[in-house]
Amino acid sequence: MSDILTSDLCDRIDAWLGRFPAEHRRSAVLGALREVQKEYGHLTPERMDAVADYLGLPAIQVYEVGSFYTGFQHQPVGRHTVAVCTNISCWLRGGEEILAHIEKSLGIRAGESTEDGRIFLKSEEECLAGCCGAPMMQVDHVYHENLTPEKIDKILEALS
Amino acid sequence: MTRHHNEMCFATLEHPKPWTLKAYESVGGYRAWRKILAERPPRRDLIEQVKASGLRGRGGAGFPTGMKWSFMPDCEESYLVCNADESEPGTCKDRDILRFNPHALIEGVAIACYATGARAGYIYLREEFTDEPHFRLRAALREAYETGMLGSDIRGSGITINLFDTLGAGAYICGEETALLESLEGKKGFPRFKPPFPANYGLWGRPTTVNNVETLALVPGILRREPGWFDGVGTEKSPGTRCFSVSGHVSRPGNHELPLGTPFADLLELCGGVWKNRELKAVIPGGSSVPVLPAEAMADLNMDFESLAAAGSMLGSGAVIVMDETTDMVKVLQRISRFYFQESCGQCTPCREGTGWLYRVLTRIVEGQGTEGDLKILEEVPARIEGHTICALGDAAAWPVQGILRHFRGEFEHYIRHGKSMVGPS
Repeated sequence: MSDILTSDLCDRIDAWLGRFPAEHRRSAVLGALREVQKEYGHLTPERMDAVADYLGLPAIQVYEVGSFYTGFQHQPVGRHTVAVCTNISCWLRGGEEILAHIEKSLGIRAGESTEDGRIFLKSEEECLAGCCGAPMMQVDHVYHENLTPEKIDKILEALS
Repeated sequence: MTRHHNEMCFATLEHPKPWTLKAYESVGGYRAWRKILAERPPRRDLIEQVKASGLRGRGGAGFPTGMKWSFMPDCEESYLVCNADESEPGTCKDRDILRFNPHALIEGVAIACYATGARAGYIYLREEFTDEPHFRLRAALREAYETGMLGSDIRGSGITINLFDTLGAGAYICGEETALLESLEGKKGFPRFKPPFPANYGLWGRPTTVNNVETLALVPGILRREPGWFDGVGTEKSPGTRCFSVSGHVSRPGNHELPLGTPFADLLELCGGVWKNRELKAVIPGGSSVPVLPAEAMADLNMDFESLAAAGSMLGSGAVIVMDETTDMVKVLQRISRFYFQESCGQCTPCREGTGWLYRVLTRIVEGQGTEGDLKILEEVPARIEGHTICALGDAAAWPVQGILRHFRGEFEHYIRHGKSMVGPS
């Protein structure tokens, strides 16, 4: 336990460790980083070091995971993550217009967060596997499908 | 027309709570697993049954499942991994299996563990499935443990099988089976050189089988029905049913599980036809990685492995992306190329650099700055990527370019000569 890894966080990391044989602690890196990010909003070198210490790994092994996957953030971002799919199936049904509408109404570009720290508009390149409900987006991993500008406005307004 | 519609992976859909154990048992769920637990057949017998069914992998490559299982040696420590990192653009069937019939997957993984001799199974979900699909899977896992379908010495059978759910963290490449194994080991998702294949050197260096969600979810239904049922559905070389994700310009996009060999025309009709009363222009029949086919080629085509191969494309992941007459094919290719450029893991030079070249050249053409030489680049670059990379992402980035150029070359030439699209007002 450390200042960064509270006992609650250690418990949550242990739950990931518990899925793997005891000699393969490294397998819990993704889960551990996810829990730390859930707690603090984003990763920092100190937070990744704490994970490395806890799992007994060289720090570089944690850094390379932290920097490879797009799910990990290294700068402070808004409380709610909005990811709009503009991949091919959504693109064919107006996904880019949906993204443009959100950018305009929030006054930010994809990859940025609103100044009040409320919303992080993720740069999304991957298809989000909601193709039959295109155009779609995720808000904190919850799917919202068959979007229209009106529907989006309501969803965004409801975020605290 | 809708013969055998949603009878396997989507069999519980009619139930008010299709994801529950009760719903699954009402359609015969866990019958096959209970029989195995009671009778403890030699694992090779199960492999023979799956071989006889003709089941081919539903992830994209279509490799015979029983044969894949047969590569697994008898050993102390081996693993079964379920690839639930569904991310091939246009594909959203595995997500619905996880949401609506997670028990079919769990039973399928349990059976696959037994048949391959694995002591544990890992179900690797993409991070974007953190909410509903993961919750449903976890709830189903709890139910399966509580009712004695999983765990140590299950129902006094002496069989021990534990299943674990894990999550990725955002990387298309982890859908590639060896990148997925690296990710499960807590590393970045760099695909491994093959051989050795996972059946020899897989998770933590142990023999491992990696199967797709749909493939595994089909197994219980195959085993509980009479022999010959599954291979009696579909065609001779493409037996069984298939989940098709129909998206794009149709009136009612949706997932439909139908016999392989179903005519494309029937599938289109099931989805309400092309939307807005427009004409069909083209279809990407198996996820964004496979070559596009023009409307003429689709008209009389059946949706099975061999028919699509004969037409110059592939069944791939079963994602059928429909495009109407107003679609700008150059922009379609630009969007697809942007995706592969973004998702190339960067390990192999031809893919890392080539995908960037393709995206930049296509962007130049779309912006009206293309030159005649650009067409040559679009022809040469894919040929230099294809077959020159560790994994198939390179091929997946090359094939759409080759397919769209083959059938819609005129649209590229128009952009280059006139600086604008020949489709629509822009």
